[in-house]
Amino acid sequence: MADLKVRIWRGEAAGGAQGGYWADYALPARENQTILDVVTQIQREQQPDLAYRFACRVGMCGSCAMEVNGRARWTCRTHVKRVAAPGETLEIRPLANFPVIRDLATDMTPFFDKWTRARGQFQPKDSPDGGVPDEFSVVPPASKMRQQADAGIECIGCGVCYASCDIVAWNPDYLGPAAMNRAWTLVNDVRDGGKQERLDAVSGDAGCHSCHSTQTCTERCPKNLDPSSAIAGLKRTIFWDTLLGRR
Amino acid sequence: MRAPGTRLWAIQRLTAAFLGVAVVVHLVTIMLAIRGGLSAAEILERTRGANWWFAFYAAFALCAGLHGAIGLRNIAGEWLGLRGRGVDALWLGIGLLTAAFGIRAAWGLYHA
Repeated sequence: MADLKVRIWRGEAAGGAQGGYWADYALPARENQTILDVVTQIQREQQPDLAYRFACRVGMCGSCAMEVNGRARWTCRTHVKRVAAPGETLEIRPLANFPVIRDLATDMTPFFDKWTRARGQFQPKDSPDGGVPDEFSVVPPASKMRQQADAGIECIGCGVCYASCDIVAWNPDYLGPAAMNRAWTLVNDVRDGGKQERLDAVSGDAGCHSCHSTQTCTERCPKNLDPSSAIAGLKRTIFWDTLLGRR
Repeated sequence: MRAPGTRLWAIQRLTAAFLGVAVVVHLVTIMLAIRGGLSAAEILERTRGANWWFAFYAAFALCAGLHGAIGLRNIAGEWLGLRGRGVDALWLGIGLLTAAFGIRAAWGLYHA
């Protein structure tokens, strides 16, 4: 069986992205194996102290994302043969734009802090006396707002878009595609009462107005979501609401 | 529109919309006005006292100055890390100065 050559970035957080080194491994190439299979095999048989993260192995949890041959991907849903031609070396490193904990494991804290900053949590509308409203909100499935919310609701927070975003690399304060995609689903939720604060939170240089619409987030999203359109929707809403005095 | 950059973004889009139309008007006017050759004296004879044209080119220069300066501000922020209110004020000054040069040139051409 031919050997599969793999290079894995190794290093500690203190070393930063430049402080690490590449470690080379070789293992038997199999007909059917994912990148996650390869990393797991290396850890079990050759490098017991290799740090990486995974949970479900079937593309549900979004915790195994890494950069494979220059692209952020879910390693559990990426077959080796889709990424590397026979004989080609696999190059695996931690997701870009995230602080590294060790080896392939990154710290997701800044990423989820930005979801909070973008007011990514549902804020129920109050009734006039501060309690739960008496009336149910009617949300027709075919309504435009419902469909716009639906388009982005399946995000599982894997960070692939965030790692692929140039603007995040240029401006560490930038909220990033996932946080703003989440905000857009809530702006389109008629039951939500936090729209104005949310639009304020996602506007400006650290928010939607810095997006260049290069759409790498949309292209790389493993769930085929379209954060780029969500960000465009935020820009549009803020622009017209302000111009027409609705906010 | 409170967060830094929001208002500048809106100004850049609105000036772009105006510039899109203005550039077409500018180019079409040049092509129609030439009519097989023009001297400087002929141009000045026609432009002197054309107040609406002065207003058009003053708006053109203002939009071009602001639009360009905001674009350079964004590039400087992203590539060089030059950010902040002071830097924004500097870019606004550069934009208005550029616009003033353009308006001064239009004034020289159109005032009676």
